[in-house]
Amino acid sequence: MTAFRTSPRRRAINVFMTALMWAAAVAATLPLVLILFNLLAKGVTSLDLAFFTHLPAPPGQEGGGAANAIVGTVILVGGASAFGLPIGIGAGIYLAERKGAPLAVLVRFLADVLNGLPSIVMGIFAWELVVVPMHHFSALSGAFALGAMMIPTVTRTTEEMVRVVPTTLSEAALALGYTRWRTALRIVIPTALAGIITGALVALARIAGETAPLLFTAFGNNFWSLSLNKPIAALPLQIFNYATGPYDDWHAQAWAASLVLIALVLLISLLARFATRSGFSRGVE
Amino acid sequence: MPEANRAETPGQTESIDAQPPAAPSRIQGGGVGDRIYSITITLMALGVPALLLLIFGVVTVAAWPALRTFGFGFLTSSDWDPVAGKFGAAPALFGTLVSSLIALILATPLALGVSVFLSEFAPAWLRRPVAFVVDLLAAIPSVVYGLWGIFVLIPILRTYVMPFLRDTLHLGATPLFSGPAYGPSMLAAGMILAIMILPYISAVSREVMMAVPRSQREAALALGATRWEMIRGAVIPFAKSGIIGGVILGLGRALGETMAVTMVIGNRAEIAASLFAPGYTMASLIANEFSEATGDLHLSALMAVGFVLFVVTLIVNAGARWLVWRTSREAGA
Repeated sequence: MTAFRTSPRRRAINVFMTALMWAAAVAATLPLVLILFNLLAKGVTSLDLAFFTHLPAPPGQEGGGAANAIVGTVILVGGASAFGLPIGIGAGIYLAERKGAPLAVLVRFLADVLNGLPSIVMGIFAWELVVVPMHHFSALSGAFALGAMMIPTVTRTTEEMVRVVPTTLSEAALALGYTRWRTALRIVIPTALAGIITGALVALARIAGETAPLLFTAFGNNFWSLSLNKPIAALPLQIFNYATGPYDDWHAQAWAASLVLIALVLLISLLARFATRSGFSRGVE
Repeated sequence: MPEANRAETPGQTESIDAQPPAAPSRIQGGGVGDRIYSITITLMALGVPALLLLIFGVVTVAAWPALRTFGFGFLTSSDWDPVAGKFGAAPALFGTLVSSLIALILATPLALGVSVFLSEFAPAWLRRPVAFVVDLLAAIPSVVYGLWGIFVLIPILRTYVMPFLRDTLHLGATPLFSGPAYGPSMLAAGMILAIMILPYISAVSREVMMAVPRSQREAALALGATRWEMIRGAVIPFAKSGIIGGVILGLGRALGETMAVTMVIGNRAEIAASLFAPGYTMASLIANEFSEATGDLHLSALMAVGFVLFVVTLIVNAGARWLVWRTSREAGA
């Protein structure tokens, strides 16, 4: 400090830029605060028990709920997981085991590219591949679109989690006479399991809120349907239809549905966080 | 090492019944098991490229009739008239580019600012909460952004921001900010997109800035640089191509974003100079018209729009990944 002097101009710039970066941080956190505040303020007042237990009211009529949409979202996400998780996890294990193989490099790159694919493109793809041959909209086609969206995310998180398992562990198993597949299934995967579950949950949280892939596949339904073969309601679709509709009551329902959807997504994300935490104490130390 | 014990327990019971009947049989059994295991995970890994190829194939085939009918004019014609059977994707292409550009202009400085803040200025106790809050933006579903856009953002734009830009700042003289302020507009779409891509850009740029070696910063400070000069001279140049990768990644998100944009852009197939005017993006065009498509050519034209969107985002994403990958490799070496 005494050896040289920083000119006042340089010091002023430094102070100004410091203030600017603080301002940027405040500005960047503002949207989330604002969105959550609006969601709570408008969502809580519109949310009642009927929302969880009733079917949507006919257009123009007040009241009603979104019970079918909540169940529909659960069914769609479940169906998507049944299809997307095994492939994603398998591919992730492959990537972790064959790090440098040419196919692994290619798959890793393509998974990242697939991850950035617009969800609407996934929607028209599933429409062409499933809805057109079946001749009607269905929960199955919606679950297919969502499941395909899960694959790249699950692949990359699984890879990362399996990679963290110390190689000494699997080397020890191999040295004791374990075969490779047994080492993978009994040593590596159980050690990485918490992490893999976290990755799966993150992917679940992401697809639970997807709307675009469902527009022309699951399509939405105002009545009860648990069949994979029929159109099915989903919370995001319900929000879209209500928000763009003409009635005030619909708008209130859209806020309520958004609040429930966000709560669902955050709940899954929190679960994921807990899974990681317990995973870290068990897996890597 | 508690995990080693845990891992061994199931292993021991296993090897007890596997070991006695001589080594050869076990190796052979392992050979078959290993092969099945190896084939299974390889097949699943092949699922990723297969899926991408399948999407490409299916969308291309479905788009082919429209692409063949209109040829290259599909991209340049601004005449989108389903009733007359004319389909030109230029308005949607234009809308996609303009709304994404607005989003980048708004989100990039903010994302960089917050990344610099988090990697250089933030006190330790503030770092995690701020990073968490910004990252959380990525967890909010697109349709919820759309809802918020319709009922919160658009009224604010219509009553305060648009009149302020046009009249108070006299920007109405330029075509960019002229015309009536309806609300649903290119500007609204760009602003929503800016909020949505902010977490993606900031996550990547934060990571590459934090990866800048300590010695670089200390060297700059030792030479007498102020903290800002250290950031400008040592941190940002080092992280540059990673930051650019993050920005392009954000661009990829913005180009393909569907629901929120569909809900706030006004959905009109016109090319307007004013940001206050409604427009279309490729994604919102598909979302809006697909289920009401009148006839096969209309449907195929929408598929062709999807095809263009697919190719554009593919190129953008591949470029971004390559840049990020290159930076992280350089930092590692």
